[in-house]
Amino acid sequence: MKNWFKDWVSPSYLRRHGVLGMNYRNTGFIARYNDRSRFPLVDNKLLTKQVVERSQIAAPKLIDVVESQHDIEEITETLKDLQQFVIKPAHGSGGKGILVITAREGDEFVKASGAHITLDELKRHLSNTLSGLHSLGGRPDHAFVETLVQVGDLFADYSHEGVPDIRIIVFQGYPVMGMLRLATRASDGKANLHQGAVGVGLDLATGRAISAVQHDEPLTHHPDTGSELARIRIGNWKQLLTLAARCFEVTKLGYLGCDIVIDRDRGPLILELNARPGLSVQIANGAGLIPRLHAIEALGDVPVDVADRVEYSMTHFGSRSAAAQETLWEEETIQ
Amino acid sequence: MRQRWPFLLLIGLLVAAGISTALYRHNSYGIPFLPSSEQTVWQVEARIQFNARGRESHVYLALPPLQSGFSIVDSNYASSGFGFDIDRSRKQERAHWTKRNATGPQTLFVKVELLASEFEHREEPPPAELPAPAWQEPYRTAAQQLLDSVMPISADARSLAQQLVGAMNTQPRDQSVSMLLDTRSPAKLLTDLLLSARVPARTVSALQLEDGRRRQALADLVQVWQNDRWHLVDPQQGIVNDTKRMVLWVTQAPALLEVVGGDASRVAFSMISSVRPSLNVATERFGDFDISLYSLPIAEQGMFKLIMLLPVGALVVVFMRIIIGLKTSGTFMPVLIALAFLQTDLVPGLLSFIIVVAIGLMIRSYLSDLNLLLVARIAALVMIVIGIITLFSVVSSRMGLIGGLTISFFPMIILAWTIERLSITWEEEGPQEVLKQGGGSLFVAVIAYLMMSLSLIEHLAFNFPELHLVVLALVLLLGRYTGYRLLELRRFAAFKAREEA
Repeated sequence: MKNWFKDWVSPSYLRRHGVLGMNYRNTGFIARYNDRSRFPLVDNKLLTKQVVERSQIAAPKLIDVVESQHDIEEITETLKDLQQFVIKPAHGSGGKGILVITAREGDEFVKASGAHITLDELKRHLSNTLSGLHSLGGRPDHAFVETLVQVGDLFADYSHEGVPDIRIIVFQGYPVMGMLRLATRASDGKANLHQGAVGVGLDLATGRAISAVQHDEPLTHHPDTGSELARIRIGNWKQLLTLAARCFEVTKLGYLGCDIVIDRDRGPLILELNARPGLSVQIANGAGLIPRLHAIEALGDVPVDVADRVEYSMTHFGSRSAAAQETLWEEETIQ
Repeated sequence: MRQRWPFLLLIGLLVAAGISTALYRHNSYGIPFLPSSEQTVWQVEARIQFNARGRESHVYLALPPLQSGFSIVDSNYASSGFGFDIDRSRKQERAHWTKRNATGPQTLFVKVELLASEFEHREEPPPAELPAPAWQEPYRTAAQQLLDSVMPISADARSLAQQLVGAMNTQPRDQSVSMLLDTRSPAKLLTDLLLSARVPARTVSALQLEDGRRRQALADLVQVWQNDRWHLVDPQQGIVNDTKRMVLWVTQAPALLEVVGGDASRVAFSMISSVRPSLNVATERFGDFDISLYSLPIAEQGMFKLIMLLPVGALVVVFMRIIIGLKTSGTFMPVLIALAFLQTDLVPGLLSFIIVVAIGLMIRSYLSDLNLLLVARIAALVMIVIGIITLFSVVSSRMGLIGGLTISFFPMIILAWTIERLSITWEEEGPQEVLKQGGGSLFVAVIAYLMMSLSLIEHLAFNFPELHLVVLALVLLLGRYTGYRLLELRRFAAFKAREEA
């Protein structure tokens, strides 16, 4: 009985730590700050991509769009000379329908898993996507082709397959919390926390790891590679936060989750946006969102420059414990 | 929070409207709040015995008239070998039995079910021309003397009757009263005295109700007319105030029992009281006046009995999602499953649901290899579900299990969608998540079923549809709840674990 109670916390404990619950998130933030009419902008990845590109926000480059069966024939011209690319459905969910081509071997395409597919198979994949095989609800869908993100060696020790991404919660244009999501064998190469990926809380001031969780349980080392998670420090941190903060102007969504990947050559890129970001980021950070959200609400509706917003977040939402350990980790910085 | 007051006002209005309407209907139509609420019904049996003389026989028995305080729910005339009809030729209805050749002792029964109720009957006034009692000397003088002695100390009809009863029953008995009582029964004497004083009065016979009494006779009583109603007077006791257990049996008929073609006739009454659900009584009596679901045809009533339970199920789902934080597959799927459970019963329903979904998931995993488009996949699943259910029903009825027959109550489309959703969950998030969501859905469905099958809730939902306004108010209130969900207290426990480490 005692053990059973150990797995629970009291509501007053959570309230003291400012933990944001599902109900308050839905009514107090999503319903209040996210205009319904702006949802398609983030639910449709193609639309997100186009809007982001127009605003000159860094993202994987859009190569081509496939909107009808007719387009499929034309796209072969485009793909002929490409060595690497990614095909995605506009309304895919949970990574379904994403085809990653990492190399060419003669006429055949090499997938991330190493398997080969022919041009005809690739066309069939596109055709299936258009008729809604990969979209939730089976609606007819569009597909698009974008450049492949070049994962540097930086994360090699920290990820089992898959591309590690950084989720930044942006409230009214202010970055409020961030975490790094590392795929594991348990998560099958996916970076979704509830599928078993590791979430590493990041100090907003420095981009340093604060703490890490897997399946809502704290851990110190990556379960597959055994690397110490506390050594992680994301480079170009301010640039990354600025990128996330700018998404507010683009989407006009007050409560937003920005998924960012780091490209070896191009630096931080926006991969996806989410109008209903989850709450696990709090567990990864060991901190509640409410005090930070309320602090920003208290600032009022005055428009503030992106740089100033990032500056504000870095000074106010940084973790003190991380600052204290700064000297210890100095040389381990991942660039 | 913004607009807090208008919102609370709306909640208050909904609750007030729901509860006050329910109260009003309870009070004015007697619709009970509890399904077990009951009312007393008296079963009175009149047993007629007589000796037939071998000729045509006619037997008349006066039937209790319409009266305040009681309503006649049912009557039954056991009369083997006799012809029977209701004789309406007189002012008061009479049961009428006939037989051509009857000899020897005969027995007839009348059973009447009387409901003690608040029913107010508008009583028929006395005739404009009162019958004048015929007195012969010396009785005329004695009666006049008696009347003269009480007239000054009375004010109206009731008090006159009361004083006369007093004068008739003083001990030692007055000489003139003794003389008058030699010619008339006390009731008849009292009536005649009152009529002589131009006070409308009549002799009636009434039955005193007492549970389990047998072989009772009627009591002769007197009624006087005042303030538009008849007041019962006992010639020994005076005005009868408590008429709750007094059923008038004969008011205008010449006699209680009349037998032509027989002798030694007598009638005896026995009675028992029993309790019956008030709801039956209420719907029997006021069904036509009340705007309720009872005005619908029976088949539609049955459907509405289920429909009216849906809001309760929806409330359970909202509660489970917002307060508990349970994940279900499809938001309101559990309510529909619970509705099916209502018709199949819980255990057979659960078993057949799990079997159908499990088989469906197996077949669906093959379908997903075929790379079908969604609509075709769902259509195929619907047919597969129908196939499984048909097979299940046939096999189980062959094996003598009745449970299989009821499986057809499950909504096929819902089952197909459930299989589809769980299957996608399986592919995307693994079997563990399927167990979690499927289990969550079933758990919510079972809770919703338990709530909806409570006889109190079933009763209130159907008989007081206005209470759904209160349910609506509750759902709105829950919709504004911003606190933690119960399961979040476990999810965020990692917070504390870290702190302690």
